[in-house]
Amino acid sequence: MKEFLTVALGILVFIVIFQIAKASEYVSALKGEEKTRKQNNKINAFLLIAFLIFGLIGAWYCNELYWGKTLYPQGSASVEGEEQDVMMYITIAVTGIVFIITQALLFWFSYKYQENDNRKAFYFPHNTKLELIWTGVPAIVLCTLVVFGLRFWFRVTDDAPKDSVVVEVTGHQFGWEFRYPGSDKVLGKKNYKLTTGANSLGVDFADKSSEDDIHVSATMHIPVGKPCKMVINAQDVIHSVGLPHFRLKMDAVPGIPTTQWFTPKYTTKEMQDKTKNPNFAYEIACDQMCGAGHFSMRGVIVVDSEEDYKKWLSTQKPEYFTIFPDKAPKEVIADSIKTSKQTAQVLPVKN
Amino acid sequence: MSSVATLHGEGVHSAHDAHHEHHHHETFISKYVFSQDHKMIAKQFLVTGIIWAIIGGLFSVIFRLQLGYPESTFPWLEDFLGHWAKGGKLQPEFYYALVTMHGTILVFFVLTAGLSGTFANFLIPLQIGARDMASPMLNMLSYWFFFLASIIMFSSLFVQTGPASGGWTIYPPLSALGEASSGSKIGMDLWLVSMAMFIVSSLLGGLNYITTILNMRTKGMSMTRLPLTVWSLFFTAVLGVLSFPVLLSGAILLLFDRNLGTSFYLSDIVIAGKILPNEGGSAILFQHLFWFLGHPEVYIILLPAMGMASEILSVNSRKPIFGYMAMVTSLFAIAILAFLVWAHHMFVTGLNPFLGSFFVLLTLLIAVPSAIKVFNWLTTLWRGNIRFTPGMMFAIGFVSLFISGGLTGIFLGNSALDLQLHDTYFVIAHFHIVMGVAAFFGMFAGVYHWFPKMFGRFLNNTMAYIHFWVTIIGAYLIFWPMHYEGLAGMPRRYYDYSNWESFKMFGGLNEFISLVSMIVFAAQLLFVFNFFYSIFKGRRVTTQNPWGSNSLEWTTPINPGMVTGPVKYRKFTEELYDYAKDGKEFIPQNVPVGEDETDGH
Repeated sequence: MKEFLTVALGILVFIVIFQIAKASEYVSALKGEEKTRKQNNKINAFLLIAFLIFGLIGAWYCNELYWGKTLYPQGSASVEGEEQDVMMYITIAVTGIVFIITQALLFWFSYKYQENDNRKAFYFPHNTKLELIWTGVPAIVLCTLVVFGLRFWFRVTDDAPKDSVVVEVTGHQFGWEFRYPGSDKVLGKKNYKLTTGANSLGVDFADKSSEDDIHVSATMHIPVGKPCKMVINAQDVIHSVGLPHFRLKMDAVPGIPTTQWFTPKYTTKEMQDKTKNPNFAYEIACDQMCGAGHFSMRGVIVVDSEEDYKKWLSTQKPEYFTIFPDKAPKEVIADSIKTSKQTAQVLPVKN
Repeated sequence: MSSVATLHGEGVHSAHDAHHEHHHHETFISKYVFSQDHKMIAKQFLVTGIIWAIIGGLFSVIFRLQLGYPESTFPWLEDFLGHWAKGGKLQPEFYYALVTMHGTILVFFVLTAGLSGTFANFLIPLQIGARDMASPMLNMLSYWFFFLASIIMFSSLFVQTGPASGGWTIYPPLSALGEASSGSKIGMDLWLVSMAMFIVSSLLGGLNYITTILNMRTKGMSMTRLPLTVWSLFFTAVLGVLSFPVLLSGAILLLFDRNLGTSFYLSDIVIAGKILPNEGGSAILFQHLFWFLGHPEVYIILLPAMGMASEILSVNSRKPIFGYMAMVTSLFAIAILAFLVWAHHMFVTGLNPFLGSFFVLLTLLIAVPSAIKVFNWLTTLWRGNIRFTPGMMFAIGFVSLFISGGLTGIFLGNSALDLQLHDTYFVIAHFHIVMGVAAFFGMFAGVYHWFPKMFGRFLNNTMAYIHFWVTIIGAYLIFWPMHYEGLAGMPRRYYDYSNWESFKMFGGLNEFISLVSMIVFAAQLLFVFNFFYSIFKGRRVTTQNPWGSNSLEWTTPINPGMVTGPVKYRKFTEELYDYAKDGKEFIPQNVPVGEDETDGH
């Protein structure tokens, strides 16, 4: 019923507009087309300048409403992202100034130089000096932006620091898997042809270094203040590890591993206090169209204090023992709930 | 022909040589269907483009319903869409199909074929003073290949598994594997075949435009006297001819991967529990091939709009376009750079950062010719005597949108910021403003400006002004706030945001945007109505040159007959856009230089 009424109302508005439009054509024929045209000219010139003024007010109002909801008031959650935020502010300032000047000129000129019987258009076909100025100035400004941008770009795309916590991230339709290298700090080899229901990542357990690797799904933990390096894979189609809070993004491409790294500044708890949102989470959003479930491909990064992280890591059982339960030494499972130090001691022996 | 000229075009006989008699026997089929007349082909492209625009626009309204009201159900949707909207709620798979088709239709079928197909066909011969295109036959085939592509694409909407749904960029492996998505089944094959037909159409058209412009200019019409519309259509055609074949090869390889078991784009894939044997391919290869067309494509869309806006701004400011040579040079610079920036769509694919840095530099360099164009448009307005015809309103709107959308390109072209903004709503806002709405504004400007030449009647002004104001206000209301969603990291192509802690606070805004998009869509229907109504019932054009323009198409009879074209011109004036020169309001291009005339340059 509601839809029907909306459509009926729409048609009514259409008919009214059409009648007015027809009528105005007759009126202009009576009044003289030239006169009507000049009248329309005045109205539209006025509307253009009104559009500029209300548009700028609207842009300011929009900013009032939504700037607070963007990620910038809360600041970057990664150390590297801070520099990117500065870059963002500079770009907003530069483009903002250009935006206001050019839009103001566009609509102001339109209003100021509307048709007037007393004015003659000024013959002004070109002026080399002016043209050189507005070729040169944008070129210099843009080169500055490029230099600053590239400095940051090379820094974040450079190799991750040696002491990084390494996590392998694997995307599949529609979820995220994470693999930690375990105490030997080496991720075991993988071969996608070994993938089975239990060994969902296709880890090659013939490779000794895979025996202590830990596999978790959907939620990953990392320690605060330490660089984290992600080695990114995809199993089926292209996904993308989007980390809006850390100001990073990297595609997960089947067959071609990629990497990205960042240093988290705040633990999840600190962020919950900072944003006054008890449900705050560092979400991993898939940023590359990957099928019907793309919108639900959510992962979570829990940033822990160093201590909590170690505690969490110690409770994780290597995937090797889940897949081959007979190989799992009983005390390891029992002990793993205790401190990480013990686990670290026990596991290398089993390797 | 000569009789037509005598009947309608007073005072133009002198400009015509009447020795070309073209009295074919015209049947309905040869006049309206398999026509070889460039003006009729232009109209065919335009009408087909309008039909596609309605379909593509309607799709966006339907998927905006889902985005704006993710919790609601619309039982009437199920009546229309059946199991695609079970229980009145759009299914995710079909949501993605709609998004994909919206992009495909508007980018290729409307803003490529509908825009340059229409205006290149209509304006090139008329503005350079040629009788018709170099090859009317190829021209006709160009339309009919487009028609065939349209039929195939349209039929893909009705297959059981649905049309392609992997996004208009159809990245494999998603688009290569039927198991990955139901839209990647038969719908994807139809998409690829349709695009292959489309590319054939585009190549036939493009080669024809280039040949015509280079060889068939009337006497005295040197390249530096071409109107900017023709220059822009020329560069558009060159871009299309050089880049579309690359997409064709990419699409053919994808068809092989899909149907013949090759591994161009596939490697190390486990899907739906199945281990695929394909090894050694690269999914990124496709992206290179795609964007090697894909980026020039945005200029294929934008350049004709720029050219038409330049022309219309100049005519209605009653001033010569400022810096004609700078305008041509910047078009040329954009056309060259368009080929060297494709990888800025791929900064986060794991592209070599060193290679990426070149793409950053070249991408931001495009801002320089763009800035030149904007400043030149502004200077064209300065101290003019501006007439706000509907075409002029849209041309001004085009400049405004081009500025707004162009500036956000400076964010996205900078890889440092792209790391954060890539594939968020910021991108949606950017490209919809700069190449979606802006190109549409260029197209509307062109339609309003040349409609009298096409049909011998005017569009209704009142409806035109309402159309303009609702569209420009609506476009800003829709896309401006999306920048903020992007700055919050909100990813594009999500069916529902309500389960995301980071993005769910924009529910109210999404509803607002959906509401405005429906109003704007209704305003476009008003335009469509105005268009078809005015063809038959619009106010008649009574003067040969209603806008007081100096370009050649306005020296032809009001209703150019089946064979038209100024046949032979007298000597040209030295300067192209002669408005307000030597105290004269304007001097048409076919009037010889007067004794006392000054040299513009």
